[in-house]
Parts: sequence; C-alpha cells; structure tokens
Amino acid sequence: MGNRTPLYDTHVAMGGKMVDFGGWDMPLHYGSQLEEHNKVRTDAGMFDVSHMTVVDVDGDGARDYLRYLLANDVAKLDGTPGKALYTGMLNEQGGVIDDLIVYLRDPGYRVVVNCATREKDLAWMNKQAEGFDVTLSERPHLAMVAIQGPNALAKAKEVLGVDWIPSIDSLKPFQSVARGDWFVARTGYTGEDGLEIMLSGEDAPGFWRALADAGVAPCGLGARDTLRLEAGMNLYGHEMDEETSPLVANMAWTVAWQPEDRDFIGRKPLEQEKAAGVKEKLVGLVLEERGVLRADLPVVVDGSEDRGIITSGTFSPTLGYSIALARVPVTVGDSAQVEMRKKLVPVKVVKPCFVRNGKSVI
Amino acid sequence: MSEIRNELKYLSSHEWARLEEDGTVTVGISDHAQDALGDVVYVETPEVGTTLAAGDEAGVVESVKAASDIYSPVSGEVVAVNEALEDAPETVNSSPYDDGWFFRVKPSDVSELDNMLDADAYRAEAEE
Repeated sequence: MGNRTPLYDTHVAMGGKMVDFGGWDMPLHYGSQLEEHNKVRTDAGMFDVSHMTVVDVDGDGARDYLRYLLANDVAKLDGTPGKALYTGMLNEQGGVIDDLIVYLRDPGYRVVVNCATREKDLAWMNKQAEGFDVTLSERPHLAMVAIQGPNALAKAKEVLGVDWIPSIDSLKPFQSVARGDWFVARTGYTGEDGLEIMLSGEDAPGFWRALADAGVAPCGLGARDTLRLEAGMNLYGHEMDEETSPLVANMAWTVAWQPEDRDFIGRKPLEQEKAAGVKEKLVGLVLEERGVLRADLPVVVDGSEDRGIITSGTFSPTLGYSIALARVPVTVGDSAQVEMRKKLVPVKVVKPCFVRNGKSVI
Repeated sequence: MSEIRNELKYLSSHEWARLEEDGTVTVGISDHAQDALGDVVYVETPEVGTTLAAGDEAGVVESVKAASDIYSPVSGEVVAVNEALEDAPETVNSSPYDDGWFFRVKPSDVSELDNMLDADAYRAEAEE
C-alpha cells in the first residue's frame, strides 16, 4: 500500500482506477481518460494533486535564500503578495533537481515541488539553507485540488460561495489569495484557465463532492498527462532531470540572468554552456498519420549525426493524432524522422506547445 | 472485475478466439486487456488474404497509454478484418467480445485452438 491523500476514499467511492504514482495511490482515471481530457478542454474537470509537496519558507533570510537556491529570481515577486513564479532548482552542474512554483506569501514564501522528488528536494533545500536565517516547514496536512477548464472559475465560485467571489474575480493568472488554511491560486497544468486550491485535508472530501455536484468532472493522472503534453508543459523526469540543463529543456525563460551579480546555484555552468553555444533544444513533434509517438524513441534530424530523443509522447485527444516533446540537435528543421517499430516515420517539427484554451496552436 | 467469457479460448497475451459456425475463427482482445490498455486510439489489422502462422504478429492496438502487438492464435488465411475499428477504435473498449473483434481467419488446422487456454485457465492467469 502506498501513501494516500485525504481524497483516497473519495476516489475509490467515485470509481477511480487507483495506481501507484511515485509511492502514492492515485486515480489513473474514473472510466475514460479521453472523456476526462475533453471535459477539461470544453467545460471543467478537477484533479487531486495533494501528493505534491508544499514547503513554507519563512524568516528574514527567506528572500536571499531563494534568490540563491532558484534559477529564476524571486525579486520579481517583490511588492506583489500572492504572485507566483515558475522556476528550476538546479544543482552545481546546472542540472535540474526539480521544477517548482514559488508563491510570495505575506510574509514568507510557499514552494510547491513534485512528489517523486520530495526527499531529495527537502534534503537539498535544507542543506542550502545553512547560513541563511530561514525556516523550512513542510505542510503535509494540506490537500490540493486543481480545477481546470473554461468553466472552472465559474463552477469553483459556485462552490466556494459569495465570500470568495470578489477575490477570485480580481485574481490574475499566476496570482494567489490566501485565507486561513485556504490558498487559492490561478495556476494549472493543462493549458486552460483554472485554479489550484490548497485546503486542509479534513475539508477536502466535502469540497471535492460539492465540486462534483456542481458538474466538475473528476479526472485522473492519465488526463493530467495528455493535457499537460498538449499544453507543452514539462514533466520532471521526462523533459528534464539532473543531467539536463534548463537551456535544452525549454526553460531558458525561467533562468533570470539579470541582475548579473546575483549568484544562484548552477549559474556558472549555464553561463559556460551559453557561451559555448547550446547544442540541443526541446521541440514539439506532430505525427499526422496513424501511430503514437512514445517516450525514448530516437529522432533523426537534418544536419546532425547525433540523434534526438522523444521525452514524452502520446495521442492528442484534442487534435486527433499523436504529438510528442523531443530534445533534438539545434540544427533541426521543420521536419524530422522518428524511428518507430524499425521504420523511419516522418514527423512535423513545431514549437513545443500544441493546444491552448481548447484550440490548436500549431 | 473484467468479463471472461466461458465459450471462448484465450492466449496468455490476452487475445481471444471463437470458432464460428462457418468454420472460421474470429480473434479479438479480452476485456481484461482493453481495461489494462485504457482508451484505444488506433487499431492496425492484418490485410485480408495474408497467411498467418499461429503466434505470428497480426496487428497492433494502440491506446493513449501503450502499444501492444496482436498475435494470431491459429494458422490460416485472413478472410475478414473489422474495418469499423478504423473510425471507431473505442469499440474495442466498449465491446471487446462482440463489435470490437479484430480479424477472422480461415484456419488451416482447427486443432490449434486446443493449444489455447480455456476460460478458467485464462482467468487464473489474468488474476495473477
């Protein structure tokens, strides 16, 4: 038996097919992954993401500590409590230990990291905290529910009630608002509008049921993966890991080079990589004929002897054909070939983003 | 629990076979297999006229999650394929034993069916 979120019994009662995910018993789907995917693209769906790790960072040294720990610069959040920042946490070699979101609380910060990387993340964060006036507090009793889709905000407001409506109406993307244990952020992992809501584990089952009654479809990890892949969003362990630089994982935009005197972990190797010329990049692949691109398949591109590799691949329910993210030599043109089932299959090369707000962007 | 039909024969690789009244053998994948694969998005069937030996790769079923080869449980000539699966692959999920069949073989040696698992033996394997 794995770890269970406060919503475990609710998932089972609602017909969730439970699987092991990074040591957690989580719902893969509640019947059809495709229907759940489509519900998020056209209406509203919800995901239990309570397995993710929430760490509050407090103390007078919190800002300095995070400016050193993270490749993006939390100084960008100054003066805007509630605002969120996406960033990598790098090792000394410039590889990605994890990707995470950091929110500016008032006072302090809240960091949300992946579940499969929890132990190494906490160990690293604690190690780097030495010498800073900072306290790290994990918040394991919080549940987290992501409500996503074009009708997500309207349905969430219906359930949260009149007290929450003004604060949600004024919430811009990548902003959050907190009240007691409740923490409501306009963020997500699907390419749709929506909210990610942290709340106490005790309140979670009732909240989930109320959302279901309001017509928000329970969705599992299967739909979460196809949605994030269509949105071109990275998944730790696929698009990046400790051997992968953010510069080859479509995360260059999350590395804050300015101000030049900010020393963050991994800065030097990234500067050297940039100066020498970045050799690879993350692209999107589209297969319009039959078949499904899968992770780890080799990619052949023009102008390079080196093969690329598919980091994530799936059938895109929104587009009706297969898509993939791939790390390939920078010489890549607008087409490539994927070695599938001993054959070279032609694919289109596009920017690593396929669907936004329910529509194709390729 | 997935449905395992008593009148069918099975392979450990989750294909089922049914001897029809006209002497042909219909092949598909079990309810257990479709459930494990999840939503099916493509089915590749063999071409009509192809000669298969028992154990030959006869097609592929791809779901959102994974690709899985389909093997022919018997030797013989492919006499029909389920063309409806091209436009409606999800039929494999909704009706694995009826409308979701894959192909039909005119067997060269019908006794090969005896090498397959009966429902009880398959049930024991699938439950492992």
